[in-house]
Amino acid sequence: MIEVKGVSHDMRGQAILRDVSLSLPRGGVTALIGPNGAGKSTLLSLIARLQRLQRGRITVDDLTVGACADRDLARLLAIMPQSSAISARLRVGELVGMGRYPWHGGRPGAADHAAVEAALAQFDLTGLRQRFLDEISGGQRQRALVAMACAQGTDYLLLDEPLNNLDIAASRQLMALLRVMARDQGKSVVIVLHDINYAAGFADRVIALAGGRIVADGPPTQVITPCLLSGVFSTDARISVIDGRPVVVV
Amino acid sequence: MIDRFVLLFGLLILSILGFMTLGAEGSWSFLLPFRGAKLAALMLVGCCLATATVLFQTITGNRILTPSVMGFDALYVLVLTALVFGLGAAGYAALPVPLLFALNMGVMTGAGLLLFALLMRGGRGDMVKLVLTGIVLGLLIRAVTTFLQRMIDPSEFQTIQSASFARFTFVDRRLLAATALAALPALALAWRMRFRLDVLALGTEAATGLGEPPRRGQRQALVLICVLVAAATALAGPVSTGFAGPSSFFGLVVVSLAHLVTPSPRHAVLLPSAALIACIVLIGGQTVMERLLHLATPLPVVIELLGGLLFLFLLLRKAQG
Amino acid sequence: MPRLVYVLLPVLTVLSLFVGAVPLRPAQLLHDPEAWQLIAVSRLPRTLAALMAGATLAVTGQILQTLARNRFIEPMTAGAGQSAALGVLLVTLLVPGAPVWAKMAIAALAALAGSIGLLCLIRPLPPSQPLLVPLVALVYGGVIGAGVTFVAYQGDMLQYLQVWLSGELSGVLRGRYELLWLAALATAVTWLIADRITLLGLGEKTARGLGLSVAQVTALGLGAVSVVTAMCVVTLGAIPFVGLVVPNLVSRRMGDNLREALPVTAAAGAALVLGADIAGRVIRAPFEIPVSAMLGVIGAALFLTVLYKDPSRD
Repeated sequence: MIEVKGVSHDMRGQAILRDVSLSLPRGGVTALIGPNGAGKSTLLSLIARLQRLQRGRITVDDLTVGACADRDLARLLAIMPQSSAISARLRVGELVGMGRYPWHGGRPGAADHAAVEAALAQFDLTGLRQRFLDEISGGQRQRALVAMACAQGTDYLLLDEPLNNLDIAASRQLMALLRVMARDQGKSVVIVLHDINYAAGFADRVIALAGGRIVADGPPTQVITPCLLSGVFSTDARISVIDGRPVVVV
Repeated sequence: MIDRFVLLFGLLILSILGFMTLGAEGSWSFLLPFRGAKLAALMLVGCCLATATVLFQTITGNRILTPSVMGFDALYVLVLTALVFGLGAAGYAALPVPLLFALNMGVMTGAGLLLFALLMRGGRGDMVKLVLTGIVLGLLIRAVTTFLQRMIDPSEFQTIQSASFARFTFVDRRLLAATALAALPALALAWRMRFRLDVLALGTEAATGLGEPPRRGQRQALVLICVLVAAATALAGPVSTGFAGPSSFFGLVVVSLAHLVTPSPRHAVLLPSAALIACIVLIGGQTVMERLLHLATPLPVVIELLGGLLFLFLLLRKAQG
Repeated sequence: MPRLVYVLLPVLTVLSLFVGAVPLRPAQLLHDPEAWQLIAVSRLPRTLAALMAGATLAVTGQILQTLARNRFIEPMTAGAGQSAALGVLLVTLLVPGAPVWAKMAIAALAALAGSIGLLCLIRPLPPSQPLLVPLVALVYGGVIGAGVTFVAYQGDMLQYLQVWLSGELSGVLRGRYELLWLAALATAVTWLIADRITLLGLGEKTARGLGLSVAQVTALGLGAVSVVTAMCVVTLGAIPFVGLVVPNLVSRRMGDNLREALPVTAAAGAALVLGADIAGRVIRAPFEIPVSAMLGVIGAALFLTVLYKDPSRD
């Protein structure tokens, strides 16, 4: 369970998050949606201790973010950040392999190799493993980064807009894969999404953020309503319900 | 990759043999310890500077920098110039060598650690800021040095000139032991860091996500860098001509060659490779300088000329191939 | 920052005309023809030289950093400076009796040749690794520098070379600094293509996508850098600091849009060099401290203050 209690965050005098509290229990796919600048990425990076907490408290299972050992947290929680500018010149296989570092500290064993192979296969990267990151397409690079986060073998997986650069087939495949991991492997997936339809189609729970506050929280049918669209996103697109799931007609 | 290391080892053995045997006159009982000490010094300095450069490039994420950009060499030359200016060339020459060594080692390590401590505390250590500050301080030190040098008699300038380039012509065994005492633990610690360095090389976000927050690693690396560069420079003098600008050429060429010869992002490969190449370049350079050029040129000049040409040649061949 | 610099510049210029080993007061201009002579032959050329050197070095430093996409590179050490030094050395060794203008011309040509060499070297490099360009430039510059040191050491000319190369404005007289106008011209050309250079700094793909001729702009930029470095080294010696640090300072405040930043960079560089020169003339009057020494001190103090004044800007 990820517990966020009373978290506020300022950046250069601007309030990005205002007293946010929420509980994310184990299992399931939770989508964070909201307009640009709502604080979704900031919230995610605070949970993953990529930024230092200013006010409030975040705990992941029995670890307190900011007070616990970094390696312990890395074995529990993996994040695939939005701006993944990997500065080293690595091959795909090497990058995914780095995801196992919190477990082997530099000396990979059989279990680590197996996890890397599984991650590569899961994301269709086995054929690309020898290629350098700067030699493959943007979409392939994105998949490699997700694979690395998956190879980390953690209970919690945080992803910040992983569908950028992915075509429709790859997007659907990735979201379906995440749902399988949540359902069958018991992973908790927290994902920031820009496209509301993917949130509606694949998430168990949708949390909407606006102006640094949580404005809606619940299953997709309950959250994705015309009221949300006009109130939070300032747009009046129509919503159709197809097979019991809301679809925004763009 | 193994074959590359075999090649490097082979070259190292060759250069050692060349150094020990070429132009050998006199009995072996004299030559062996005499040249042996020099050999040990060359290898120690090479390993120290190569390791320090690899560490520095990883934590700054910039491949054109070396630790000397932070002004270590400049400090050494300043101390040298100030001493000659104050005591005269004769007075400087009369200083006991261990004292000089201790002074240099103390000044460089102290200044370096002070700078790093000041800049890295308070959480948000911006590496770019750190490097820029180091460059600026190095320029400041060089400006003061040049100013002092202009006021020195040309005859006294000779002393400064020959002492401001690295020399291995005579190695004091006590100094060698002292340097080894400081440098070997630092080298061991750097080797121990090799996996953490791989993670740090990924960048701040990825490294933090993998449980390796950059700040701690950077701080530890900087301490090691300080000790390694100070030890190597105090022993032999600056391995740079000062013409390549703030960044020492030697470290740059050696590590760039290592990236070319043993292309791998892993520090378990890069650290030994760079150390081997550094030794080969230094020993080979010293051999060329002593036996072929008969000491007519400072060692760093030979290194920069030959090393630089070699690097450019290899790079262009790779680019066209 | 821009306003401060633009106000400082004319103040410093006027100050520079009246400060020096021979004291001069504005009132003297009214009745003393020798005062005008002093200004025309020495003070004005010196002031202009300082302004132009500062402006052109700072601007070309910024251009080089944009082209190489690396903040730690400057023209003096990336081949242009060392080639100029080689030219100076060769001229001194081979044709010691030649007139000053001839020496300067030959040295300048050597610098240009050096830069053309660098351009040829960079051509076959793979564009997917932009880091290679500054690396090659540095290594190339180092090789030439080593060659220079080698020759100087043999001819026992190292101290002489060091003196020539240490940046200094005290030898500037009318008739000795005119090459700097060429540098100013080259720099003016770069301002015309400033937008294109900025685009190139965003990355080759982005630039090409916007229809930019990458090779042409790179060549023009590097060409300007070489001309400026050559003229400055040959006329005044190596002036440190300006090409590396001023661009960093300006871009921290103003960003990397060159069309807006370049004038500020030019003004800041000019003000810095002139200010340092004036300080050098005043501190131990009537003795002069060379501008490169002053720059090291003043520049460092200035830079560190600006860098650390604003803790929230991280």
